[in-house]
Amino acid sequence: MTATKEAPVTREPAVHSGRSWAANVFKARESGIVLALIVLVAFTATQNSRFLSGQSIRDILLGTAILAVLAVGQAVVMITRNIDLSVGSVLGLSAFAVGTLMKDNPGLPVLVAVLAGLAVGAVCGLLNGALVRFGQVPALVVTLGTLYAFRGVSYFWAGGQQINADKLPASFLDFGTASVLGVPWLVLIALLVLVAAGIVLRSYPAGRELYAMGSSPQAAELAGIRVGRNTIAAFLVSGALAGLAGVLFAARFGTVDAAAGTGYELNVVAAAVVGGVAVFGGSGSVWGAGLGALLLTVIGSALAVLDINQFWQQAIVGALILLAIGADRLVAVRVAKALKKRDSHV
Amino acid sequence: MSDQGNRLGRLFSWDAAVVLVTVIVLVVASGAVENFGTSRNFTFLLLDLLPIALVALPMTFIIVTGEIDLSVASTLGLTSAVLGSLWDAGLSIETIIPLCIVLGAVLGALNGFFVTVLKLPSLAVTIGTLALYRGLAFVVLGDGAVADFPRAYTSWVTGTIGDGPVPNVLIPLVVAAVIFGVVLHATPIGRGVFAAGAGEQAARFAGIRTGRLKFWLYVVSGAVAGLAGVLWTLRYSSARADNGFGLELAVVAAVLLGGVSIFGGKGTLPGVLAGVVLLASLQNALRLQDVSNEALNIVTGVLLIVSVLLPNIVSSARTAVRRRRQVTPER
Repeated sequence: MTATKEAPVTREPAVHSGRSWAANVFKARESGIVLALIVLVAFTATQNSRFLSGQSIRDILLGTAILAVLAVGQAVVMITRNIDLSVGSVLGLSAFAVGTLMKDNPGLPVLVAVLAGLAVGAVCGLLNGALVRFGQVPALVVTLGTLYAFRGVSYFWAGGQQINADKLPASFLDFGTASVLGVPWLVLIALLVLVAAGIVLRSYPAGRELYAMGSSPQAAELAGIRVGRNTIAAFLVSGALAGLAGVLFAARFGTVDAAAGTGYELNVVAAAVVGGVAVFGGSGSVWGAGLGALLLTVIGSALAVLDINQFWQQAIVGALILLAIGADRLVAVRVAKALKKRDSHV
Repeated sequence: MSDQGNRLGRLFSWDAAVVLVTVIVLVVASGAVENFGTSRNFTFLLLDLLPIALVALPMTFIIVTGEIDLSVASTLGLTSAVLGSLWDAGLSIETIIPLCIVLGAVLGALNGFFVTVLKLPSLAVTIGTLALYRGLAFVVLGDGAVADFPRAYTSWVTGTIGDGPVPNVLIPLVVAAVIFGVVLHATPIGRGVFAAGAGEQAARFAGIRTGRLKFWLYVVSGAVAGLAGVLWTLRYSSARADNGFGLELAVVAAVLLGGVSIFGGKGTLPGVLAGVVLLASLQNALRLQDVSNEALNIVTGVLLIVSVLLPNIVSSARTAVRRRRQVTPER
């Protein structure tokens, strides 16, 4: 008993100074992505000026918006040392649900579609969270299972049918293309999600609790943090945002079938990991995840512009995941070394 | 520690339960599902479960050590794509097949390198290589297909022993299963695998080189996935970059269903094979009932979740019962 009680006490200073250290390093990590982005954009633009045309930038921003919304949710879950692999399936289910709703009720305002998508996603996220919390099983296995189960539900429901743009009300499709002062609605919504999540994680106790859980679940529990409840909340947020992404997907593409969003989970995890969110939990930011989403989208767009086989994209995503977790490990080792050195001086 | 012993005790009953459920499913399906009990369907069932069973053998070892390999299906796909393009380039099939297995081993070694030398979490690593290897498969072969493999090979893979219902390819599978089973349950290597999964540090203190052990497990896993890629290509006479897509789920589901703990340290190979048969017969029976492939996803996904949830529920129920029993005598 005494041993377990002592552990968090002796650990606390290390975690505390580690955070300020890590914060500095991760600042560097995020600036690394920005640098990579600048180089990539500059190189691609010199090869083909079409890359920086208004239409091309608009496409990149729209693509990033959907991926970034998903990546923010993923970051929230990953910070608590969990993972949500089901987001692509939740997106698909929500997109099909919202598409069906809008097709059958052309008069509904867009806000209802957004709320419906959020609700569908929240239910899926709640299920994931409850399974992880009460089942006491790794989120990886649970969400791998629900990845296939939710997708199965979509197929079961859609049964091979597709919702086309001509069946959807114009107001809903306009929402996918309209912009305010030149900025598309979808991008504004993604920015809103990013800023809100960023502020909550950074400055509110609830957000700080998630980081504490990810750093050490046992210590967090002993410190009085309600780990179980927060876990469910994190999955709820991830699910709801995947649902929101489904609405954005349906509005942007206008065509939805049961396969919508298949394989997105890889890009989402990649965006978060590349953006410096650690798979071991406890560190990273939604800003990084958003930047990661932007980088992945720009890579995809650059490949197209440079006339490189699009099939390279998935391989690059994989290589980036490996690179990012490798860099993450390097940072962790360096931080540990630095801390040890500092401790020995004391 | 006492919990550990309890879990070990529970494991045997879980194995027995899976075997029992498998037998029940086979009997009920034979009676209730038209064409299920026919020898023709039996052949197809065995051919269908072959790649899952094959890949599940090394996967069992890996999960018992507390790690995971999600890249197996992508390794299968990349091997298939390479097989196709080398065949297109005019190499002989006798040269290509060993090359493909070596390729699988190399892909596995890369996983092993990341996990054991760089000490990165295997989940993240193999999600990365899942994307990387599948992407490379498409880079190699695009979305086309290569067919026209030599008849002798394709008909051997789809053929049966004599005129009976047992497919030829069951022979290498049974041989492999026996070898893997003996190694896991009756050799120092197997004991090392369990020790590494039960407690890495303790295993190292006991002189087991867990890093090296895990590295070679990934190499074997890759090589077997490569072999599965060869057999898959020959069975369908079609090399495609998307061959085996999603197979990793079926394999992980079967292994966990067979009683292997996702936390490592526990599991048996006979249990895993029962899990493979259970999963494959359920899918086969449902498919005969005209349930769509996609709806089968729900079954696989739910089975996966249930197989990790149920042991925990049973164990916490047992703990609750024991607590009550402990309280009663004191009164």
